[in-house]
Amino acid sequence: MENVLIEKVLTRNIGPDQTPTDMVAYEANGGYRALHKVMAGMTPNDCLEVVKASNLRGRGGAGFPTGMKWSFVPMGEKCTPGHKYLVTNADEMEPGTFKDRLLMECDPHQLIEGMILAAYTIQADRSYIFIRGEYVVAIERLEQALVDCYKKGYLGENILGSGYDLEMHVHTSAGRYICGEETALINALEGKRANPRAKPPFPQVSGLWGRPTIVNNVETLCNIPHIIDRGAEWFQSLGIGEDSGTKMYGASGYVKNPGCWELPIGTSVREILEEHAGGMAEGRKLKGFLPGGGSTDFLVEEHLDLPMDYGSIGAAGSRMGTGTMIILDDKTCPVGMVLNLIRFFAHESCGFCTPCREGLPWTRQVLEDIEAGRGRKEDLDTLVRQVKYIGAMGNTHCALAPGAMEPLQSALKYFQSDFEAHIEQGCCPYAADMKAQDITKVQGERT
Amino acid sequence: MPTIYIDGTAYEVEEGKNLLEACLNLGLDLPYFCWHPSMGSIGSCRQCAMVQYQNEEDTRGRIVMGCMTPVTDGARLSLQGEAASEFRKSVIESLMLNHPHDCPVCAEGGECHLQDMTVMVGHRDRNYRGKKNTHRNQYLGPLINHEMNRCISCYRCVRFYQDYAGGTDLAALASHDHVYFGRHQDGVLQSEFAGNLVEVCPTGVFTDKPLLNDYSRKWDLQSAPSICFGCAVGCNTSPGERYGKLKRIQNRYNQQINGYFLCDRGRFGADFVNSDTRLNFAGVRQEDGSYQAIKADDALSQVASFCQQGTVAAIGSPRASVEANYLLRRLVGGVHFCPGMGDPERTLVQQVADTLSTTRAISPSLHQIESADAILILGEDVSNTAPRLALALRQAARNKALELAAEMHLEPWMDAAIRNLSQDQYSPMFIAGVNQSRLDDIAETSISLAPDDIARLGFAVAAEISGNPIPNLSMDSLDPDLRVLVGTIASALKAAKNPLIVSGTSLLNSAVIDSATAVAEALANSTETMLSLSVPECNSLGVAMLDGGEGIGFDALVESVAQGNIDTLIVLENDLYRRAPTEEVDRLLGNIKQLVVLDSLDNATLSKSHIALPVATFAESEGTWVNNEGRAQRYYPVFIAEDDRLASWQWLSELGRVLGVTGFNELQHFDQVEQACSQDIAALSEITAAAPDHQFRNRGLKIPRQPTRYSGRTAMRADVSVHEPKQPVDEETPLSFSMEGLSVGLPSSLMSYNWSPGWNSNQSIQKFQDEAGGAIKGGSAGVRLIVPGEGVDTAFTPDAFQPSDTERLLVPVYRVFGSDELSYQAPAIAELAGDAQLILNSDDAGKLQVVDGDGVIVSMQGRAAAEGSVILEVMVDGSLANGCAGFTAGMPGTEPLVPGAMVILQKANDWQRRKPQLIATDNPNAPNPESRSAQRGASYV
Repeated sequence: MENVLIEKVLTRNIGPDQTPTDMVAYEANGGYRALHKVMAGMTPNDCLEVVKASNLRGRGGAGFPTGMKWSFVPMGEKCTPGHKYLVTNADEMEPGTFKDRLLMECDPHQLIEGMILAAYTIQADRSYIFIRGEYVVAIERLEQALVDCYKKGYLGENILGSGYDLEMHVHTSAGRYICGEETALINALEGKRANPRAKPPFPQVSGLWGRPTIVNNVETLCNIPHIIDRGAEWFQSLGIGEDSGTKMYGASGYVKNPGCWELPIGTSVREILEEHAGGMAEGRKLKGFLPGGGSTDFLVEEHLDLPMDYGSIGAAGSRMGTGTMIILDDKTCPVGMVLNLIRFFAHESCGFCTPCREGLPWTRQVLEDIEAGRGRKEDLDTLVRQVKYIGAMGNTHCALAPGAMEPLQSALKYFQSDFEAHIEQGCCPYAADMKAQDITKVQGERT
Repeated sequence: MPTIYIDGTAYEVEEGKNLLEACLNLGLDLPYFCWHPSMGSIGSCRQCAMVQYQNEEDTRGRIVMGCMTPVTDGARLSLQGEAASEFRKSVIESLMLNHPHDCPVCAEGGECHLQDMTVMVGHRDRNYRGKKNTHRNQYLGPLINHEMNRCISCYRCVRFYQDYAGGTDLAALASHDHVYFGRHQDGVLQSEFAGNLVEVCPTGVFTDKPLLNDYSRKWDLQSAPSICFGCAVGCNTSPGERYGKLKRIQNRYNQQINGYFLCDRGRFGADFVNSDTRLNFAGVRQEDGSYQAIKADDALSQVASFCQQGTVAAIGSPRASVEANYLLRRLVGGVHFCPGMGDPERTLVQQVADTLSTTRAISPSLHQIESADAILILGEDVSNTAPRLALALRQAARNKALELAAEMHLEPWMDAAIRNLSQDQYSPMFIAGVNQSRLDDIAETSISLAPDDIARLGFAVAAEISGNPIPNLSMDSLDPDLRVLVGTIASALKAAKNPLIVSGTSLLNSAVIDSATAVAEALANSTETMLSLSVPECNSLGVAMLDGGEGIGFDALVESVAQGNIDTLIVLENDLYRRAPTEEVDRLLGNIKQLVVLDSLDNATLSKSHIALPVATFAESEGTWVNNEGRAQRYYPVFIAEDDRLASWQWLSELGRVLGVTGFNELQHFDQVEQACSQDIAALSEITAAAPDHQFRNRGLKIPRQPTRYSGRTAMRADVSVHEPKQPVDEETPLSFSMEGLSVGLPSSLMSYNWSPGWNSNQSIQKFQDEAGGAIKGGSAGVRLIVPGEGVDTAFTPDAFQPSDTERLLVPVYRVFGSDELSYQAPAIAELAGDAQLILNSDDAGKLQVVDGDGVIVSMQGRAAAEGSVILEVMVDGSLANGCAGFTAGMPGTEPLVPGAMVILQKANDWQRRKPQLIATDNPNAPNPESRSAQRGASYV
């Protein structure tokens, strides 16, 4: 049930059958028009000004203004001689998130064009697509697209006669969630342990191999060709609220139609959930939802009418994150769901700093006890203490552990009675429901 | 100076420091793990948390890490507030989730930084109900024990091993709470600095394996300030003794020299003190070659009667104290005193002593070396001849990184950020040696040349810098690549603020030292230039300064003895077979009528003596050594020598009195000897300033060698007698063999150990420094005897080396484990040293049709095969200079070989290849780890 009036930007080449767009199809639909435009006469600063004016914010989760991020890269004489790098963060591993995969698999050239434009803006001469190893199809299609681009002179030396050179490589990640953190990604790209780096200095001035580096999310970069091609004003007009452009939204969990849709940024949670995801699955009621992936705070029914934008979701005590929601229904154990997430985060800790490395496994152990009916009353205090200890930014080396604490701290707030019930009853009150869930039946409902 | 407010109190602190350093410098206790004064901050342990407030109104503040936060003027902080204390407690609590409760059986117990910090934050009760993680431990060689379960993942070990020391075979492996610090598989740690892991690790993951095999707690060890015997760098050490056995060596902080780190030769090599081959009693040689023990007095009167029959000459020793050498020289007279080195070595050491006092360049301490921003190394493989110096050079190479960091406004302690920024950019370092070195990984260029060509390269660089042509060397005659290199080196050195030239005696080539001097002199016109010259042994320079070139040379002595001019020879702590070719020494010892040898360990020279006198080692005696920088340093007896062992100076002092030599009645005490030496020998006039004399008292009290918690004093001899003997009295030094006394507020030369309330580990050193990582309050130990001079001219340039078709130039190749005489007597070091080898480059190996492990007959030119040839195992080293053959200098089996000789090589066809070593290595065929301990003892077959 799609709103035909909504303008599709990022997904305009992606049909319902998800056929990949090749060079011919991409160019036929206006592809590489922005690249020609820039190479024909826009300066890097012109590009930067357009992106700044567009008010594009990073789509990887933090929502940092893209133009501002780029403006920190030292340019011209302010930059010591040597390489500069543009890196695409395509290590999409946030639980519940599958938007970048769609963009890369179905329209690889859109990302590449965005990268060339971004690289040109910061005058990078090397660029990498750091991609999750499991994205086999995307890797294959990106590599083919790169070959086509080199053939066409869109990559390599003297691009379109402009005198600008750019190399681009696909780098397949060996696979850790922490590689999604930009400085850990840089370490991984250098062949080192994927531990996040201390900041400052920020990668914009000292990143890959100590050189100025921009790391952007796939979706962020996919927006760039359209912004350059059609202007900042047009881009701003796409958003419903304060934010500009469109956004890839998604929903997973017990909804009738889980999936991923491009919608104007600022579309309400209710519209995404009820119109696009088709509402809750038969016999299920909404209990809560994680608005932007596994490391965001739960919101509940009262928040359904909030617009999905950075400011509104933030004001409600959560984060828009990746914009891909995980829905919790009334027959799934919230403690079990949080445990599942904490298990993931504890396993994905890089092991560098103490609170994350040791605190997450402890949290996991407490939740395991509660879920298995071995919980004690004082365990809830322990969880509250853990949230305070590892949940605050600055207590840990990077944002992984504070992110991991977000679903837990909000679950303790909204679903406290569930935790208490586990401890009082000495078992999981949802056990019967969970057992009755027939996975094949649910999948049947979905198809 | 910025003012910061901690818990409401205003403090002035130094700019550019981080909050943790500032707190420690203020004497405040802020616990930490991952930060290290020499390695800076990475922010991994999160232990040094404080709360920082934005302004006076801010009451919540936010947690910051002390080590990662620069001090800023007006900063408002809380150290003791609840939020900060609770957070630090939570960190310890989480570190304790998996840390075993094995303190009573852990070798770190009692000097464990983790214990100290746990007590400091007040963590007590365990709330975690889960199981502890466990790991499999690795076999890491004979020096280091691995107990991974104790790990708190502070990352200090890998930061030291890889980042600081350049090692490659220890890493952080795996992730989350399974992070594992070890090798990719069991095997001997390859870095010669691995032993520092024992002190760098804040808990008991890496412990001293030889100590563990015969263990004592820190509080039960008797210690004294000491100096390392292992090379001429003169690192300060703190040996620990119990039950008459030297248990271990720990680092003793000296900012100017070793800082926080030692090499493994020094840390583990001192086990020779406990050797079975130590002499306990004086002995008289019987006709059958055996020795009969005699009383010390009888031995002395026998020696005296020898001395009264005819002429006496003496051979001193570069490993004996200045004082012992001085007394020996005074006994026999300067012209009959041979300084105890072979003639080539003696000439070179004298050359170094003369050069350092005449050149305008500074003879730098290791601390000064770390400030060098361009380095040229000529012919000295410092990683093997002066390992701690190599570690300092490795830090100097990082000055480029610090320069880049300063441009980005990063403070030097921001270690992780600086390493990310600088990556593999280093200050320019150029190395010319006969083969590869372990500093090559950070060198801009490393080149292998024959010794004379190294000197020519040095002279060419000097000429390029000064613009003055050098005789016998036309730039056009140089190989074009070399010509370019000369230009590169010259411009890098000229561009530097603190250029450093490193060379030394080890190639036994005086032109190499001259060329290094020439480069330093050329640079000294415009910059603060440093010239670091290495000499072979702990007191080589001291003996050379004592002798001043006056004494008889070794060859002249051999001649003189052969002609019957000398009747009695006294040899002081010296195995002459290490000094000259075997036949020369045989000739000397065969011709001498009466041979008296003073030494601590049995050796080939001693077993030819007519009278042998047992002497105390460095650990049982006092003395002064002069290091290669020209710094005189004092060492003290750690424990009383057993049986009839006496310090060499005491034997000689008594001998002088028995003989009735004038003045020897006033040379009964160590301080008297030293005073006399300082008065008689102008070059050594300052040595009395190396340390306070025996009258020094710390607020009226002597300084205890035993810590206050020393236990079992009344019981430790109870199996012999229930009566506790009176503690020995030390009349020669301000130290006492007791726990009574006062060990705080000491001059650094008298600090036996460092210990402070609440700080039981060696990390307590910060309580004694003027600032974290700074000098000990009151100044670093030792006194510089050499000051730069007015300049020196060096002119002689050797001809270019012409490789021969049939012969090879024999060059010494040094081994950190094996080339040194004494440490080779330590079982753990001997295990690592292996056997002597002949080093060939790939071409020569191909021509001889030999591979690693084969045997080669080395025949000295013009000598009969019987006396001039040895068979050695081959090691192929593709980097060895063309036309040269290397031999492992100083190792048993190489005595007949003369460096610089031309040799003929021949494959040894009946050579038996050695069986593979049985200790675990990276060899996939290594035996199963379970049976390893059983086999270790049998590893040399």
